[in-house]
Amino acid sequence: MQDKRTDKNAAPQPLLRLCNASLRYGVVDVLQDVCLEISAGGPVILMGPNGSGKTSLLKLMMGLAAPSSGDVDCARSQVSFVFQKSVMLRRSVAANVAFALQAAGLPANDKAVRAALDRVGLSHLAQRPARRLSGGEQQRLALARALSRNPAILFLDEPTASLDPAQTKAVEDIVQASAAMGVKIVMSTHDIGQARRLGSEVLFLAHGRLVERAPAASFFNKPESPEAQRFLAGELVISQEALS
Amino acid sequence: MDETSAFQLILSGDPQLLAIVKLSLAVTLAATLIAGVLGLSLGACLALTQFPGRQGLVIALNALMGLPPVVVGLLVFLALSRSGPLGFLGLLFTPQAMIIAQTILITPIIAALSRQVIEDFWAEYKDEFTAMDVPGAMRVRALLWDARFSLVTILLAGFGRAAAEVGAVMIVGGNIEGFTRVMTTSIALETSKGDLPLAISLGIILIAIMFCVNALAWGVRQWSVRHAG
Ligand SMILES: Nc1ncnc2c1ncn2[C@@H]1O[C@H](COP(=O)(O)OP(=O)(O)OP(=O)(O)O)[C@@H](O)[C@H]1O
Ligand SMILES: [Mg+2]
Repeated sequence: MQDKRTDKNAAPQPLLRLCNASLRYGVVDVLQDVCLEISAGGPVILMGPNGSGKTSLLKLMMGLAAPSSGDVDCARSQVSFVFQKSVMLRRSVAANVAFALQAAGLPANDKAVRAALDRVGLSHLAQRPARRLSGGEQQRLALARALSRNPAILFLDEPTASLDPAQTKAVEDIVQASAAMGVKIVMSTHDIGQARRLGSEVLFLAHGRLVERAPAASFFNKPESPEAQRFLAGELVISQEALS
Repeated sequence: MDETSAFQLILSGDPQLLAIVKLSLAVTLAATLIAGVLGLSLGACLALTQFPGRQGLVIALNALMGLPPVVVGLLVFLALSRSGPLGFLGLLFTPQAMIIAQTILITPIIAALSRQVIEDFWAEYKDEFTAMDVPGAMRVRALLWDARFSLVTILLAGFGRAAAEVGAVMIVGGNIEGFTRVMTTSIALETSKGDLPLAISLGIILIAIMFCVNALAWGVRQWSVRHAG
């Protein structure tokens, strides 16, 4: 007779649930039967070869794409997205943040804008035209916009793909700080080092299927699926070739 | 000879000349304002909505950009003439009739060009706005605001086209001295009458206005590139 929600031993309510979700463009199955629950906790890293469906899965989870079959269950108002290449509004840095606050129905006063910019270390550039920022600064502004909505989940699609090590570190620091403050991070990356640094859990995609889900440590030490084994081995070979 | 007296006319501030210039600017500014509101709304609607027949409307609008002014003049004349459907308004051969004709002439231009601009902006902003869950009205306002410099350039192009046009205002305005005589119609008339100084001075002023408008458009562009990216 006990109410489930008051049961201390019950699993936490998932923030997001995908049930047999598939995505098809024309005749191409981009994602097939993905079942997935995401609950509060450490950062989830999405990995997989090019074209495996990482971006598509993020868009599906975020509601930017509708599943061709199956269900996606997620509260749109509680999620934010940072794209690989974020689009800056043709306004000042501060106005970009104010816009995001307004869109989320939050007060867009100077104090809130400053707080959001302080969080990503861009306060000194508040009055600059956003499109004049460097790539790294633009990604940090995108993070400020995304975080200003106070999301429960922050999705990031290869947010550091074209950034130098210093800017990559700046973005990673912001992501880590947000995770520490309780924002659920779901991020795709090709950078195994980054995945090791940030991830607490790894989702591995291959050919549109979710083939492995494991804690980060065990995924990198002993991947279970042959696809992930090959992927990790391949990446190693490539990075050694690149070094020589 | 004629050229020197033309400059004298301009410099002396000839009242007849001034009246013509003032009326021209008033008519064209009014037409640009009305066409701006209509054209931008139509352009935004077409850019941001999907409905059956939209593609046809877009093509039609693009075709209407090349609307011959005399045909517009004729249509407005027929509508406003005493036996026409709008004859009861008694607007034929008034400045208002000229405003109507110019508005019809440039609304498709503003609508077609702004549709293209807003659609391009929307393609760029779409994912980001969807991710931010931006409400509908706020989307439209943001797109218009972010495209403001391109849209101003479009309005200036519309103004230029309306100001330079002669066929439509000649037909619906009647070129009545001191009432509906504008720069272009005066130039046509004075040239045929042989009063070249007045025609030349008006031509100089018209070209000067076009230069100013284009310089303004260029300035707006430069400023926007520097300040908004
Ligand atoms: N709009 C679309 N129309 C058709 N096919 C698409 C579309 N979007 C994605 N795809 C296809 O879906 C597959 C997965 O694409 P997706 O971008 O999700 O991969 P990804 O894992 O993010 O790749 P990358 O590592 O290169 O970013 C690809 O084969 C791609 O060609
Ligand atoms: Mg991708």
